[in-house]
Amino acid sequence: MEEKIRVLIAKPGLDGHDRGARVVANSLRDAGMEVIYAGLQQTPQMIVNAAIQEDVDVVALSILSGAHMTIFPRVLQLLHEAGADDVLLTGGGIIGPEEMEELQRMGTGRLFGPGASLSEAAEYIREEVRARRARRGD
Amino acid sequence: MASRTATEDDIPDTEPDLVPSLDDLLLRFDEGSKRAAARLISIVEEGRPEALAILDRLYPRVGGAIRVGVTGPPGAGKSTLADRLVELLVRAGEKPGIVAVDPTSPFTGGALLGDRVRMGPVANHADVFFRSLGSRGSLGGLSLHTAEVADVLDAFGCSWLLLETVGVGQSELDVAQKAHTTLVVLVPESGDGIQAMKAGLMEIADIFVVNKADRAGAEKLLEEIELSIDLKEWLGWRPPVFLTEARGGRGVEELHQALLAHRRWLEEHGMLQQKRRQALESRVRDLVEDVLHRELWQNGTLLQSLRDGLDTIERGEDSPYQLARALVEQGRAALAVRRALERGHPREPKG
Repeated sequence: MEEKIRVLIAKPGLDGHDRGARVVANSLRDAGMEVIYAGLQQTPQMIVNAAIQEDVDVVALSILSGAHMTIFPRVLQLLHEAGADDVLLTGGGIIGPEEMEELQRMGTGRLFGPGASLSEAAEYIREEVRARRARRGD
Repeated sequence: MASRTATEDDIPDTEPDLVPSLDDLLLRFDEGSKRAAARLISIVEEGRPEALAILDRLYPRVGGAIRVGVTGPPGAGKSTLADRLVELLVRAGEKPGIVAVDPTSPFTGGALLGDRVRMGPVANHADVFFRSLGSRGSLGGLSLHTAEVADVLDAFGCSWLLLETVGVGQSELDVAQKAHTTLVVLVPESGDGIQAMKAGLMEIADIFVVNKADRAGAEKLLEEIELSIDLKEWLGWRPPVFLTEARGGRGVEELHQALLAHRRWLEEHGMLQQKRRQALESRVRDLVEDVLHRELWQNGTLLQSLRDGLDTIERGEDSPYQLARALVEQGRAALAVRRALERGHPREPKG
């Protein structure tokens, strides 16, 4: 039996709209994943602490505040410091294509903008986790 | 932005985490790495083959933690109450671990684990370890491997373990077996659930909590619980009932004292030892059954016979009871053959 995929969903920063995050959480659960919902107003350090203790494969952030160019790199750095480079960092928000490219160059996975398909996101996560596990030798 | 709380581990672990061997993992676990602990928990939770070796190796260090089960109907405030208790425990210099179980969907296998949302800033304290688990098909309110996950955290150095069940009403025996003290959390709205309480919760509660006590009906529920308690004969510990408002922290200190009192009572009356022995019995029993179960269905022959048998039943030529009896015979025979082969093998090399 394949090991369960565990995903941490969090909303960093101060904006209080977590509808989108909840919709994604539900859709990933329906795709058979274990979704740890951390909720609103999470700092990057809180997110990484949770990711470590929950031993997740994926951290998915919802950022609508425009702070994505600060928060994604910070979470990447903290994951690295915690020795958790193998965790996939993905997410969504209002992020322009150039910024998406730049973030991906820094080491995030695919990022999703407005109108992205839920099933596509689930499929992407499944494939990416499978590939990373294969590399890790699980 | 000075809100940086405790960092993950005191010594940042910068080496990339490629294919860490089990020994590596255990070594880092010994050094206090939360990441290693979390990884070991996953292995144990998945029931992977290495799990038994890990648990075996950690076993000598298991047993120090005070285990408290937190159960009750959905929405009673179990997570919030646990959060407040954790705050108190941290202030008292304890190292609390929380294992929070939420239901797994029987249809998709997915789960939405939301207990973390209720945790305040204390979840990020360096001395706290919080882990969410999906119930993964287990119906007793916890998950199949909750006790083993708790063992890992116990060996990791957690001094208290809060085991939080899914929201339950009737089938919570599981938590009473795995915890030393069982906390049953109700809310004023549970008033009508007093019948259910008599059935299940009443018998497992060591301490009752009426949470959200600022709402109407709290005093009435408290009286009803007291009354039900009085109707029973108590030989030793009589469960106390507390009113709490977890959000504001009201009643939590008293609850903490009651937990300590119950702990002392367990120790003084030899009950802790008895509980441990019972838990040990059911653990070993589970392990044995698990192995036998797997061995039984391991090669597909028995399953094939079962499916063939179903055809025969559908044609009206057999009954489920006859089929079951035949399968038991077949299974026993197959196990005996395997046993004989296993006994035969080691002798071969010696000639």
